[in-house]
Amino acid sequence: MTKEYKTIVEVSGPLIFLDKTEPVGYGELVQINLPDGTTKRGQVLDTSADMVVVQVFEGTVGLNEESGVVFSGETIKLPVSKDMLGRILSGAGEPLDGGPRIVPDERVDVNGAAMNPYSRMPPEDFIQTGISTIDGTNSLVRGQKLPIFSGAGLPHNEIALQIARQAKVPGSDEDFAVVFAAMGITNEEAQYFMEDFEKTGALERAVVFLNLADDPAVERIITPRMALTAAEYLAYEHDMHVLVILTDITNYCEALRQMGAAREEVPGRRGYPGYMYTDLASLYERAGVIKGLKGSVTQFSILTMPGDDITHPIPDLSGYITEGQIVVSRELHRKGIYPPINVLPSLSRLMNSGIGDGKTRDDHKAVSDQMYAAYAEGRDLRGLVAIVGKEALSERDRKILEFADLFEDRFVRQSRDEDRTIDDTLRVAWEILSELPEAQLTRIDNKYIEKYHPAHQKTSE
Amino acid sequence: MEVNGEIYRVAGPVVTVTGIKPRMYDVVKVGHEGLMGEVIKIQGAKATVQVYEDTSGIKPGEPVVNTGMPLSVELGPGLLESIYDGIQRPLQVLQEKMGNFIERGVTANGLDRERTWEFKPTVSNGDAVEGGSVIGVVQETANIEHKIMLPPTVSGTVKEIKSGSFRVDETVCVLADGTELPMMQKWPVRGPRPVAKKLMPTKPLITGQRILDGMFPVAKGGTAAIPGPFGSGKTVTQQQLAKWSDTDIVVYIGCGERGNEMAEVLNEFPELEDPKTGRPLMERTVLIANTSNMPVAAREASVYTGITIAEYYRDMGYDVSLMADSSSRWAEAMREISSRLEEMPGEEGYPAYLSARLSEFYERAGSVNSLAGLDGSITVIGAVSPPGGDFSEPVTQNTLRIVKVFWALDAKLSQRRHFPSINWLTSYSLYTQGLADWFSENVAPDWTDLRDNAMDLLQQESELQEIVQLVGSDALPEDQQLTLEIARMVREYFLQQNAFHPVDTYCPFEKQYKLLKSITKYGEMATAALESGVPMNKIITIESKDELAKVKYEEDFDAALDVVMAKMDEEFAQLGGN
Repeated sequence: MTKEYKTIVEVSGPLIFLDKTEPVGYGELVQINLPDGTTKRGQVLDTSADMVVVQVFEGTVGLNEESGVVFSGETIKLPVSKDMLGRILSGAGEPLDGGPRIVPDERVDVNGAAMNPYSRMPPEDFIQTGISTIDGTNSLVRGQKLPIFSGAGLPHNEIALQIARQAKVPGSDEDFAVVFAAMGITNEEAQYFMEDFEKTGALERAVVFLNLADDPAVERIITPRMALTAAEYLAYEHDMHVLVILTDITNYCEALRQMGAAREEVPGRRGYPGYMYTDLASLYERAGVIKGLKGSVTQFSILTMPGDDITHPIPDLSGYITEGQIVVSRELHRKGIYPPINVLPSLSRLMNSGIGDGKTRDDHKAVSDQMYAAYAEGRDLRGLVAIVGKEALSERDRKILEFADLFEDRFVRQSRDEDRTIDDTLRVAWEILSELPEAQLTRIDNKYIEKYHPAHQKTSE
Repeated sequence: MEVNGEIYRVAGPVVTVTGIKPRMYDVVKVGHEGLMGEVIKIQGAKATVQVYEDTSGIKPGEPVVNTGMPLSVELGPGLLESIYDGIQRPLQVLQEKMGNFIERGVTANGLDRERTWEFKPTVSNGDAVEGGSVIGVVQETANIEHKIMLPPTVSGTVKEIKSGSFRVDETVCVLADGTELPMMQKWPVRGPRPVAKKLMPTKPLITGQRILDGMFPVAKGGTAAIPGPFGSGKTVTQQQLAKWSDTDIVVYIGCGERGNEMAEVLNEFPELEDPKTGRPLMERTVLIANTSNMPVAAREASVYTGITIAEYYRDMGYDVSLMADSSSRWAEAMREISSRLEEMPGEEGYPAYLSARLSEFYERAGSVNSLAGLDGSITVIGAVSPPGGDFSEPVTQNTLRIVKVFWALDAKLSQRRHFPSINWLTSYSLYTQGLADWFSENVAPDWTDLRDNAMDLLQQESELQEIVQLVGSDALPEDQQLTLEIARMVREYFLQQNAFHPVDTYCPFEKQYKLLKSITKYGEMATAALESGVPMNKIITIESKDELAKVKYEEDFDAALDVVMAKMDEEFAQLGGN
């Protein structure tokens, strides 16, 4: 069965070409035995009666025509078990923490299958992250995929960690796990995450997959699939609520482009492959909740926008697949505001189904819309003030301008370990909104103004 | 006629096979699992097949069967209320067969073979019938009478016609030449169903969305595009249209979009009521859900599946609206398949035939007289997702060359929470003139004037805003400040509409008219007051003006509006302007 072929006719970048094989399945896992005794792994990309193309995960250094190739007869599978919790694995699923190999309950195809839209449960359980700019204005719900769009040098890792620490569904204490997949991040960054996980005890409830910057780029293509397979297993077989953190999607896409170039494919925008949308969708879409099952997979990926450009293909295609995005702003970061989340380009598409009466509070949406509208106008006025000076503004405009400052200073800014409840967040929101004249609050129904506006509270008491 | 061959090569969804005597676009079953695919290229003895399912593990040498049929959909009673994937497999059946995840190699009939329908004939023995003639009716849902038509290619004399309860594949009619006809027929998706005559569209599609109906209307049988960057509200707009359009049938294609959003549609539609009939909206809806992680080739097919079903109901004389969300994902599916075929790419890697495919698709819209002599229409509304929000990219540009209505979504507006975030300056409708007669007869004689007046205000506003950007609004003369204020009212009171508010989500034409009329009236009174010397800040701070902002949310709109307008008259009288 385990026939070894020594029929390599061409090696080109991460690809090897073989001829004269028995029929080989598309996507099969391959082992390559080098003459020096080392082994590498790969996957079949193209198979025909005459020629088989294999993509080698660990790079093709040292490969030659003498090397032997063994086809496994099956696609890439991840051994899964509940014992994975607390373990640190390589980007290809091998233990890195010196512990024993995972004794599998099951071996699952890492590509997964598409969830039947009919089986999906529309996500609606509000997750409280303790960060006002997320809970208040871009609420996250269970089963959502909400990436952080960031830039080099911005504190996205801190934000992700703060969320991983604080995220909870108010009033529930269900089983919870974190799956963390590092794709091409530096050793230092990985250490930072590991230390935080260990310090807070989160590691016990986490599965970590590490593909670091100096690991082969090709391996990066399977790392997130491994992580999501583990997450799905924990969620749907063990009823856990799994938060998946993938970092950094940009490195993943770079690896995808590298592979595309090696395969001499026709490139799409900026050299990224034309199928990048479909490929990213096959990752992001593996979030959700299934009707009748208890667990859920929520994705919180980190993506650094090259040159802070949100129209770059990677954030652009991601934005079309994910249910919104949290945008980290360099401008706010420079002002010394943490977390420097700019709510204007940020969005949570599932917010409306997760908030409101019985979930958060009846006035939540109106308050959020009002703050958005006023803050957007205030930011525009800043541009105007730079030209004409504050004096030229009308009284109304001056109030709005002040609101924008208050919003950044009181609502956005919070400390790195400040875990605000949703009530705290809405209280801060009303405090700053009450600085505006009541007639300006056109987005808020009168009944909420009467119920929650601080001025009315005093008169009623 | 089935022909057997074998696989030669597998590279992702593109499989090369030999020995099947292919014709272009024949459906083939690939491998031991019988994965469904379509022949898209023939080269000597080899044929290239695009496979609708994942091909992992498939090996060269596995068998291939050519069904000898092009990709077709099943048409007949039971389409309504169904939820299909891109190749008309009911998702509910797939779930029963294979659980929560879509495995491959499962076939499922588009129409339920178990269910029976009460067939009432409308022809008698000896009647001559032609392609497309109605031979009987079935009450498909409470409000939709499904007309059973002859397939367009069949004609003859009725020898026997039955009446009673039948399954879709049972014979209900026999023609003199012995042709047995069941209620169900098949039609290849890639070609349009024939019609007797194409007509000019003359009636508007009423959507209950103020900016669409009021400012940029689309005609029944027309075509519209909604391009916009992500997060600008395409999907919400499409869903609002699917919910509230005054058509008989709605076909909603979720093409390469998000699973969770599709789930929301699937959950929400059965619970929503049709404002016209009070019945569940689902009873007039066919949903096609091919999410972004489902196979790319099925995504390419989903748009054709949808429009063929729409044509079938159009042929019965119904007004159908079809929403495609998003046509860009469809174009990308074409690009992906084209690149796997190593075809010479056109602009931005899209195949050179992109423009032709898009126009072929949109051309299947229209108002028609069907073969049965009935007037029906298909209105196609395509969402476009331009990368980076850049409207100069090929899919947007090729779409704009075809469609007559352009609803330009604007990320800036959505950031300010101005919804629907359709930009009133860049959007257009080429139907406004053609529909003007309808509006003056059915809405109000002065409707077109009101609309033009409002558009003019908004245009003036954008010009004045440029000056304000430089010198501040206080530097403007008072009459121009007032113009800005009235334009703001048009934007905030009229154009803004809250899709999630129980009352505001649907706004009937009468209410749209009254609302715009009231804003215009304020404008007239305010201008008159200003001219007679009343100070500007008094005019813009009257209470009734702020109250006007909220009447659109009132359940008893007319009563609330009357109160506000009476108060406005009073306040202006007090100002002493008039």
